[in-house]
Amino acid sequence: MSLNDVWFLLIAVLWTGYFVLDGFDFGVGMLLPAVARDETDRRVALGTIGPVWDGNEVWLIVAGGATFAAFPEWYASLFSGFYLALLLVLVALILRGIALEYRNKIDDGRWRRVWDRILVGSSVAPALLFGVAFANLARGVPLDADHEYTGTLLTLLNPYALLGGVTLVALFALHGAVFLALKTSGDVRVRARTAAIRAGVAVVPLGGAFLLWTALGYGPSWLLVPVVIAAAALVVATVLAGRDRDGWAFTATVAAIVAVVVTLFGSLYPDVMPSSTDPAHSLTVTNAASTPYTLTIMTWVAAVFTPIVLAYQAWTFWVFRRRLDRSTVGTEVGLPPRRTEATAR
Amino acid sequence: MNLDLARWQFAVITVYHFLFVPLTIGLSLLVAGMQTVWVATGREHWLRMTRFWGRLFLINFAMGVVTGIVQEFQFGMNWSDYSRFVGDIFGAPLAIEGLLAFFLESTFLGLWIFGWDRLPKRVHLACIWLAAIGTVLSAYFILAANSWMQHPVGSVVNDAAGRAELRDFGAVLTNSTAVGAFLHTIMACFVTAGMFLLAISAWHLGRRRDAEVFRPSIRIGLVTVLIASLGVVVTGDLQARLMTEQQPMKMAAAEALYDTAAPASFSLFTIGSLDGSEEIWSLRVPRVLSFMATGSFDGSVEGVNQLQAAAEARYGPGDYTPNIPATYWTFRLMIGFGLLAALIAVAGLWFTRRRARRDVPRWFWIVAMVGLVLPFAANSVGWIFTEMGRQPWLVFGTLRTADGVSPSVGAGTVLTSFVVLTVLYGVLAVVNGVLMVRYAAAGAPPVDPDALDPDDTPRPLAVSY
Ligand code: HDD
Ligand code: HEM
Ligand code: HEM
Repeated sequence: MSLNDVWFLLIAVLWTGYFVLDGFDFGVGMLLPAVARDETDRRVALGTIGPVWDGNEVWLIVAGGATFAAFPEWYASLFSGFYLALLLVLVALILRGIALEYRNKIDDGRWRRVWDRILVGSSVAPALLFGVAFANLARGVPLDADHEYTGTLLTLLNPYALLGGVTLVALFALHGAVFLALKTSGDVRVRARTAAIRAGVAVVPLGGAFLLWTALGYGPSWLLVPVVIAAAALVVATVLAGRDRDGWAFTATVAAIVAVVVTLFGSLYPDVMPSSTDPAHSLTVTNAASTPYTLTIMTWVAAVFTPIVLAYQAWTFWVFRRRLDRSTVGTEVGLPPRRTEATAR
Repeated sequence: MNLDLARWQFAVITVYHFLFVPLTIGLSLLVAGMQTVWVATGREHWLRMTRFWGRLFLINFAMGVVTGIVQEFQFGMNWSDYSRFVGDIFGAPLAIEGLLAFFLESTFLGLWIFGWDRLPKRVHLACIWLAAIGTVLSAYFILAANSWMQHPVGSVVNDAAGRAELRDFGAVLTNSTAVGAFLHTIMACFVTAGMFLLAISAWHLGRRRDAEVFRPSIRIGLVTVLIASLGVVVTGDLQARLMTEQQPMKMAAAEALYDTAAPASFSLFTIGSLDGSEEIWSLRVPRVLSFMATGSFDGSVEGVNQLQAAAEARYGPGDYTPNIPATYWTFRLMIGFGLLAALIAVAGLWFTRRRARRDVPRWFWIVAMVGLVLPFAANSVGWIFTEMGRQPWLVFGTLRTADGVSPSVGAGTVLTSFVVLTVLYGVLAVVNGVLMVRYAAAGAPPVDPDALDPDDTPRPLAVSY
């Protein structure tokens, strides 16, 4: 295996890490209205992701940085090509981070309501857009001889890609619901299970169709293996979510996400950005890559530091392993809204 | 049009990011220090200080994080040809920054925020230190990347491949420009955090509130500003020397020095157009520019006209002169704002000394609060100087700014993202500002250290969303 292949694989690993980890953050965010009836419930739900969401998001940042370092041409063509879609992702990620961090800073129902609505929207949007983007990569996009994207935003909105987007939303909803069931007890857990079953019922046909389309339409035949694994894992997760098997259900959604990423990246290889204009214009793991010297350095850095990162992130999950319920959510509620402060003086 | 928009966008987005970054870096280290004192001495007011400044730190940190995400992707969006050209070199520090620094920062900060009653005291203390180390590491790697653009080392240009290629990564990381920029920036971060402590403590002390928390805080702030100001001057001097050697045009532009002079004087202030025709009036200090640029009071400093001619001979016809009024004034303002901050710190140390007979005069509290804008302004103009002084180059001597912009992205698209991000940033600035002011004014609430002892009984998290 050449270093170029190693880096293709590593970038797939980074996206897997990102989708597994931030995937449940998105899921929890979008399901907030479904699993929480009052403020205490909402704090139970958000408490499960509070300590970890920022560390999870860094997987995306590192995926971006690694793409820049290992495949500069890919980084350049992808982000300038998918410009407006990426802009929407950035806006959503900005809003999500601020909503999570600031919602509890002022003790006022209206303040929190606004941020919670923003949180729901900014959790759905990136999931949808990442799905659309990856589907388009699998399908191929118009690239000219200079590897410049020649389409528009509308080019990206084809039925196959939209199916990919919806699939990812449903997948993260399932993943987040299962995660919530695993990390909470009481009413929130009960509702999370219901949500998991509903999301599962949606994601099995959607995901099945999308992945099959990917494998048959745009990939080599071995892709049917991860497709079958993904479908089986999704069914298993949905079934287990309804029983008392949260840990196993979560394992199953993780397996499903891994299989989805394998399918998507497998359909690309050895291209990283296939051209639908002319296959000769495609960006590949060879013509998009950095020099062997840079790849070697990056490989060493990744080999040493990725295990360390995995170890301390795993430790974080261990520290916060206890289930949350209504009696254990935080007591801090933020400063009073200005109005009551004025009357108090 | 496209190029101008992309440049404006980069400037606005990055300067905005850099409003939050210095405070994050400086404050994380100061808060870690406060918590260390608490753990070592068990004195409760140090815990209250840690909690109070820690909360302001977190409100600010959130903004640094969300604006940082845009940074990571905007090279590909607006500067795709630049990314293609430099990716082999520039991408590595960026990726390493994420892997080494951002993971460390964000993971351990999560543990610190939510771990008050979940972790043993010393482990919890280690978390804020690791997060703080992460912020410093992140600064190093990103500055190494930027410094390579100022002074490309360890690389060659491969014309056939149309890109710069890395030959020696060690040279990129130990680039003299990077070491200088790192030391200078870290010092500037401490000036920023010190002024922050000073301004907010002044607000409370001026109202005679909570001296137990704000008196030590103001002293820490004052001492930090004073020491860091010295550091900024020393490291800035180092940078000026490197700059003269590596980018003489930037130094000439910084002084609006049109013709080579030895010795060269430094003007504090000029009235006139700075276009090389006669100035109307200026206030000059003899020989200081020579000293700044060369380390000797009679050193010769090259002028814009000579450097322009030399550049044309070397790179072909073109305009190799940056925007002189902008570089001239930003350079002065950076230094001026910094010196003013140092002056405030000296005055403050005098007024708040233990044996002071008289009360601190009221005007000082006001000056200390208004002074908060100084480090932020100095940081911004410092960067504007650095980046505008490099023009017309994007990578000095190697890639022109005009050749780095994304060829396939239309002006309408750039404008859209520029407007969207600027409006969003504007709204967030208001939200962040309101929260900062309200939390700063609310003061440090009492704490119950016993509630922070970790044990196995389930109970409410001490801190949460
Ligand atoms: C509180 C902020 C602050 C203060 C008081 C100063 N600086 Fe500064 N300066 C910065 C904040 C800063 C900065 C924003 O952090 C920059 C931008 C790029 C960099 O490396 O640091 C910078 C850049 C910068 C550069 C440009 C380096 C380059 O382009 O390669 C020089 C020559 C100096 N500074 C010199 C000085 C001197 C001689 C100072 C005082 C006597 C001084 N600075 C005070
Ligand atoms: C450390 C990493 C940084 C990198 C890699 C970087 C890179 C760039 C790039 C690619 C441009 C656009 C091209 C150009 O106009 O030359 C630019 C311009 C600019 N940057 Fe930086 N920058 C960095 C840090 C900063 C910071 C921290 C600030 C301010 C706080 C800043 C302020 C500016 C400004 C004002 C411009 C516009 C200059 C002009 O176009 O005349 N930069 N920089
Ligand atoms: C233009 C170049 C820059 C890029 C690509 C960039 C990238 C980023 C990213 C992606 C984050 C979010 C990290 C997270 O989610 O935890 C971030 C935050 C941060 N950046 Fe930047 N950044 C740039 C300029 C700078 C500069 C010049 C410095 C320091 C001198 C800096 C220091 C930091 C720090 C300390 C943080 C942590 C959050 C905070 O400061 O509030 N960055 N940056």
